[in-house]
Amino acid sequence: MSGVSTATVEDLTESSAPERFWNRQRRLGAALVIIGLIAAVVFGSLAESAPARFTLSEDAQGAALSINGQFGAILFGIVTVAAGAALLAGVARRWQTTLLSIGIVTFVFSFLCWQVAGKFLPLVDTLSGSLELALPLILGALAGVLGERSGVVNVAIEGQFLMGAFGAALVGTLATSVWAGLISAVIGGVIIAALLAVLAIRFLVDQVVVGIVLNLLALGITGFLYERLMQPDALKYNSPPRLPEWRVPGLADIPVIGPVLFDTNLLVWLALALVVVIHLALTRTRWGLRTRAVGEHPTAADTVGIRVRGLRYLNVLLGGVVAGAGGAYFTLVSTGAFNKNMTAGAGFIALAALIFGRWTPFGALGAALFFGFAQKLANYLSAVGSPVPNQFLNMLPYLATIVAVAGLVGRVRAPAADGVPYVKS
Amino acid sequence: MTTEAPAPETPPAPEKPPAKAKEESFLNLFLHNLWSANTVTVTILSIFLALVIGAVLIVISDPTVLSTFSYLTSRPSDALTASWDLVSQAYADLFKGAIFDPAAVRAWIDGSGDWKTALNPLSETLTYAAPLVFTGLSVAIAFRGGLFNIGGQGQAVIGTITAGVAGFAIALPAGLHLLVALAAGLIGGALWGFVPGLLKARTGAHEVITTIMLNYVATLFLGWLILQSGVQDPGRTDAVSKTIASSAVLPALPQPLRVHLGIVIAVLVTAAVAWMINRSSFGFELRAVGVNPPAAKTAGMSVGRTYILLMVVAGGLAGLGGAVQVLGTADRLTGQVAGNIGFDGLLVALLGRNKPWGTFFAAILYGALRAGGNLMQVDVGVSLELVTVLQALIVIFIAAPALVKTIFHLRNARSARLGTTMAKGW
Repeated sequence: MSGVSTATVEDLTESSAPERFWNRQRRLGAALVIIGLIAAVVFGSLAESAPARFTLSEDAQGAALSINGQFGAILFGIVTVAAGAALLAGVARRWQTTLLSIGIVTFVFSFLCWQVAGKFLPLVDTLSGSLELALPLILGALAGVLGERSGVVNVAIEGQFLMGAFGAALVGTLATSVWAGLISAVIGGVIIAALLAVLAIRFLVDQVVVGIVLNLLALGITGFLYERLMQPDALKYNSPPRLPEWRVPGLADIPVIGPVLFDTNLLVWLALALVVVIHLALTRTRWGLRTRAVGEHPTAADTVGIRVRGLRYLNVLLGGVVAGAGGAYFTLVSTGAFNKNMTAGAGFIALAALIFGRWTPFGALGAALFFGFAQKLANYLSAVGSPVPNQFLNMLPYLATIVAVAGLVGRVRAPAADGVPYVKS
Repeated sequence: MTTEAPAPETPPAPEKPPAKAKEESFLNLFLHNLWSANTVTVTILSIFLALVIGAVLIVISDPTVLSTFSYLTSRPSDALTASWDLVSQAYADLFKGAIFDPAAVRAWIDGSGDWKTALNPLSETLTYAAPLVFTGLSVAIAFRGGLFNIGGQGQAVIGTITAGVAGFAIALPAGLHLLVALAAGLIGGALWGFVPGLLKARTGAHEVITTIMLNYVATLFLGWLILQSGVQDPGRTDAVSKTIASSAVLPALPQPLRVHLGIVIAVLVTAAVAWMINRSSFGFELRAVGVNPPAAKTAGMSVGRTYILLMVVAGGLAGLGGAVQVLGTADRLTGQVAGNIGFDGLLVALLGRNKPWGTFFAAILYGALRAGGNLMQVDVGVSLELVTVLQALIVIFIAAPALVKTIFHLRNARSARLGTTMAKGW
């Protein structure tokens, strides 16, 4: 049952036949060969034979990686085919992930060569834009990791975002301090997290249900207060200061990486640092071991004296801190004002990133960056006038997620006790 | 604010029924059960608690009333009467907008007003409720089979598209045209439900993720479609489609009443779904799969096939909800034609405890809150968002009977039937 996963529809029919020959690796290989052929033939023939420039600076001038669009589309398509063929030929299992990544990345390159041929793609802008769009997703998914590794499903990320964004805007404006805003964003996230924790752990309510309803509660409360307070007097209640951009001297001058990572706001560093910290904490510390024990087998954890409910409370509240900080992104970084339902489903995307990333911090980071990149690419392509209609470009991140979840991830395994309340007998 | 949170309405002290009575007369039994954690008591108390918290929100968000609290200690009556007036007026409007306005009814009886004005609140309630019945049933039936269908919104959007396009693009005699348009909505939604069902059965892709993503795809597709020639209203430049032919519109009561045949269809479909879940062999299979998939598999049922069929049925129901919305309430496609009916359907199903008739009445309650909320917004200026808060709070309390039980010191119910069958974790 495990490992049944496919990437394309053509392949799907094969998976129903119980042939052992078509194991996961071969099916992925076949899928890569097919999309590689599509890339080489379709993208290659559609692409203009003009240079596609990937500029290192913000604009068309300056140093750039340049390649003939048509040649690039075909070349990268062929590399995808080669990666797929290697998988089909049955290389050693340890190469599987590497080859799969190469295949997917070169497919994206082939697509880019087709679209960018005769135009230019500013690399710095694309990368920093992807990172910024991924920022709330990273923080939201990390909040999910904290809760779910200890066995509490957190569907309320969206609600924590909203409360965080609202708290940051309101208090940030009243106190005219961005730091006060950031702290109240955290408090906003923790309020929803506390409700989630009490209802799920103490009152044993179905956790997915609580999450959905808390999202709605946060939407209602913030929307209500927005209309009563912020809309009539935006200057007094809804004009928070923005988070400053800090430039690290020296490091910021590294081409491409520098401006993206070292000339940015605090939240980006916080998010990236948290990925590492939570990963290390989960795998290397006593807290992490206990969290995983509680998430996988609470009864056993209880038997050796771990306080199951206490640890779950702690982790859900920590998740609220992280998700609340993610909410601050929307008001203190992105737009600079609160608006009704401004998160627009980002919490659910973060949830998808969490599952896509298999409940691990680095997996969540990768999934969030993938999503941010797809969204940024859609924005870019609609800005340069792609022949594909705007709405279809905007579907790209969502469709990519479906393909990824259905084809690449397959049957993921959540922590065993995820969503199961612990009742001491 | 330095004063404690104002609570204009205090929870009534629990009325202690006579416990000493030995003989179990009917009245004693009734009183005894009245204050126990049974379904009815918990539901009523949940609504009551939600209204209390809503009242607090109304007061603390009103600057003029809030200012009276600054001198609460010197003249408490000011703050209390101001709060009470505001809250009671808001909730009176909620009632008048949802059920009936006594003034309009009196005018109808003594002949100075007409029956339409008197019935308008009920008509509004049923108009808002009709599509929610379908989307609520969609979520409820999926829950019973162990699937969490967050995709009701996308399925409803596709339903509005297919029903709407069938409504203005083809010419058929009245009646038949309506049936075709409704069927188109049903099929469109069913197709949109089929995709996550198939992915779940074949690849194990979690339906929560795939349905969420398909919601966005459906909404974006609608945004693209209504700008295409042949769909867009030729006389308009904004994103509005052609008007649906009168032969495909659901018959409604005379203007200004808006209630249409959709609510009748909703009753019939609820009965059909109730039969399907409780009496048909598919219903038995889906309940078995929902409770314990491995056991259902051992008993010879195909879990994957059940998942696919279940999502097709759930999608079809949500699509029908979208069709009812576009053919009954709206008369053309717009970007927002489906509103929030899919997401509201989630809450309706939760409130109805995933039972068909429970879902039906929950949809009526939600429709009533929505209709009343409109009047409240116009009349007292309390934002419609308060209704969202109330809806969420009601479901929270209903889903947490233990919480309500603790707050009101309820007895244990004689039969513990408050638990609900839900999708289990991931």
